[in-house]
Amino acid sequence: MTDLLSVSDLTIDISTRRGELRAIDGVSFGIGRGEVLGVVGESGAGKSMLGNAVIGLLPARARIAGGQVWLDGDRIDALPRADLQHLRGARIGMIFQDPQTSLNPLYRIGDQITQTIRTHRPMSQTEALDEARRLLTEVGISASSERLAAYPHQFSGGMRQRVVIALALAGNPELVIADEPTTALDVSVQAQIIKLLKRLCQERGVAVMLITHDMGVIAETADRVCVLYAGRVAEIGAVDDVLARPRHPYTQGLMAANPTLTGPLDDGLRQIPGSMPTIAARPKGCAFHPRCSEALALCRDRRPPLITAQKVECSCFLYHQDSQALKAT
Amino acid sequence: MVSFIFSRLMQAIATMLVVTLIAFVLFRYVGDPVNQMVGIETSLEQRETLREQLGLNDSMSVQYLRFVVRALHLDFGVSYQQKEAVSAMIAQRLPATLELTLVSVIFAIGFGVPLGVLSGLHPRSLASRAFMVLSLIGVSLPTFLIGILLIFVFSVQLGWLPSFGRGETVLIGGWSTGFLTSSGLQSLILPSITLGLFQMTLIMRLVRSEIMEVLPTDYIKFARARGLSDRVIHFGHALRNTMIPVITVTGLQIGSIIAFSIITETVFQWPGMGLLFLQAVQNVDIPVMAAYLMLIAFLFVTINLAVDLLYVTVDPRIRLAGTPA
Repeated sequence: MTDLLSVSDLTIDISTRRGELRAIDGVSFGIGRGEVLGVVGESGAGKSMLGNAVIGLLPARARIAGGQVWLDGDRIDALPRADLQHLRGARIGMIFQDPQTSLNPLYRIGDQITQTIRTHRPMSQTEALDEARRLLTEVGISASSERLAAYPHQFSGGMRQRVVIALALAGNPELVIADEPTTALDVSVQAQIIKLLKRLCQERGVAVMLITHDMGVIAETADRVCVLYAGRVAEIGAVDDVLARPRHPYTQGLMAANPTLTGPLDDGLRQIPGSMPTIAARPKGCAFHPRCSEALALCRDRRPPLITAQKVECSCFLYHQDSQALKAT
Repeated sequence: MVSFIFSRLMQAIATMLVVTLIAFVLFRYVGDPVNQMVGIETSLEQRETLREQLGLNDSMSVQYLRFVVRALHLDFGVSYQQKEAVSAMIAQRLPATLELTLVSVIFAIGFGVPLGVLSGLHPRSLASRAFMVLSLIGVSLPTFLIGILLIFVFSVQLGWLPSFGRGETVLIGGWSTGFLTSSGLQSLILPSITLGLFQMTLIMRLVRSEIMEVLPTDYIKFARARGLSDRVIHFGHALRNTMIPVITVTGLQIGSIIAFSIITETVFQWPGMGLLFLQAVQNVDIPVMAAYLMLIAFLFVTINLAVDLLYVTVDPRIRLAGTPA
C-alpha cells in the first residue's frame, strides 16, 4: 500500500543576511492512510518548518530547494497559488499551537466555521450551519445557537482548541497537520484535546502529522515517530520500537533524559552534553557527532544515510552492516 | 451595551459643560462686554442700565447657568461687529464648511484605505513605493502650499477648475448646497483635495502599517491554512482587524479637518466658518469666538461618540467586556 503523504529528500533553504541557510536537509518520510506520525525534535530542529512546507505555508524567506512532496498520487510541493487554496483546508487541515491567537477575534465562531465549510463544499448557508453544529457536537461543544453566535474570547483555551480542530476538519481533509496542538494549553486540558484529536481522526480515517516536543504525547497518540535533529531525520519507526529500544544515540539520550515514575529518585536526570547546533553552524558529517559518546572517526566527515536496523530506520553509522569494519577506520 | 452608551454619553455631556465654562469665561472676562457694545459717548447710567439688562450684575453661577441655557437654545448672543445674531451668522456659514469637510473626508477615506491595503499587501512593489514617496510629500507639505500649488496648476495654468469661492449654490430649506450645480461641484474639487490630502496620506500609511502587522498573525495564517481565498483573507479578516486604530485616527482627523479648514478656506476664499472665525479674531468679536469654540467642541465630541459606537460594532470584545466569559 502506498503512503497517503510521501516526502522524499525534502530540502528547505532560508535566505538570511548571512546568506542561504539550510533549515531542512534532505528529509524523507511517509504517512499511511489513517496513520498518526509523530514528529519530535527540539526547538529549531525544523519540525514546524516541515509541517508548513507540506501545506505550502512556508514564510516568505523560506523556499523548497529540493525534494518532492506527494499527497495521494499528486505532487504538491510546487503548486500554483490557486491550486494551493484548494489543497489547504480541503485535503490538508492544519491545527496551530496557540488557540488564543489562531481564531480571528472579531468574527463569531459560527461564521468562521460556515465560511470555511462553504469555501470547500457547495452548501447553502443553512446547510453549512447544520454542518457547523454537527462539527461542534463532534468536538464536544454543545451546538446551541448561542455557541455559534459567540466570539472566540468567550471560550476557554481548551474550548477554543476544540473549535480550531472543528475548523481544521471542516473541509473533510485526508491529512491533518497538528503543530504543537497542546503546548499552549493547561496540562489538565492537554490529555482531553489529544484524546479528542485521536478519536476524531480514527473515526474519520484521517492521517495525522503530529508535531510536538512532548514524548508523552507521542507515546500516547502516535503509530510511528520521526525524530528530527538539526533539520535531518535521526530516526524513524514504529512508536513501540523507537521508544522501547531507541537506536540513534540522540534518541537514546532523549529517552534517558525523560524522568520516570518508577526509576530511582537519587539518580537525577541524565542529559546529553552540549546543545543542538543552529542551522547556521551545523557540523560536517553527522550533525550529532560532537555530542555523541559513540562517534566514530568517519562520523566527522561523512553524513550517515538512513539505515534500516530491525524495522526502524536510523541515520547512524553504528547500524551500518559493516559497522565493525567502519569502527576500525 | 446600554450602560456603555450611557456612560459615553455622560462623558460627552461633561466635556461639553467644561467647554461651555471656558467659552463663558472667555465671553464674560476677556474685555468688558458692555464696553464692546456701546460707543464712547454713552453715559455711565446708560452703561449701568445695559449691565442690568444683560444680567451682568447677577452672581457667577446664575450667569453661567443662563449662558448654558441660552446655548442650548442655540442663542449665542449678538456679534459685536456685525450687530447680528451669532447663531444666524453661523447657520449661514456652516453648510459651506460641512460640505467641504464631507467631500474631504470621503476623498481621504475613499483613497486612503484601498491604497493602504494594496501597499500593505505588496510593500515591495513599485506602485507601493511610489505611493509612499508621494504620501511623504502629502504629509510634509503645509496645507496652504498644496492649495496654492493646486490653484497654480489647475486654475491658472490649465484653467480647468475655479480658484476661489463656492460657485453657484442652491438654497434648500435654509441650507445652501453646492452639490446640485456643476460650478458648485467643480469648486469643491480643489479645496477638498487640499484639505483632505494630509488625512488621506495619513490614513493610507496607517492602514498600510496595520495590514503589514496583521498579516503575519496566527489567525491570518490559520485562515490561509483553511484555504480561504485571498480576497476574503485580505479584505475580510485582515482589514477588519486594522479598523480600530484606523477609526480612532480617522475620527480625530475629521475633527481636525473641520477645525483646520480655516487655512484652506482662506486660500480658496471659501465662505465658511473658518473665514468667519478669522474675521472674529481680527475684530475681537468675543461672542462669535465663543460660539465657534463651542460648535467645534460639539462636533469633536459628537465624532468621538460616533467613534466609540463604531468600535463596538467592529470589535465585539469591547461590547462584551462587561459580560462574563
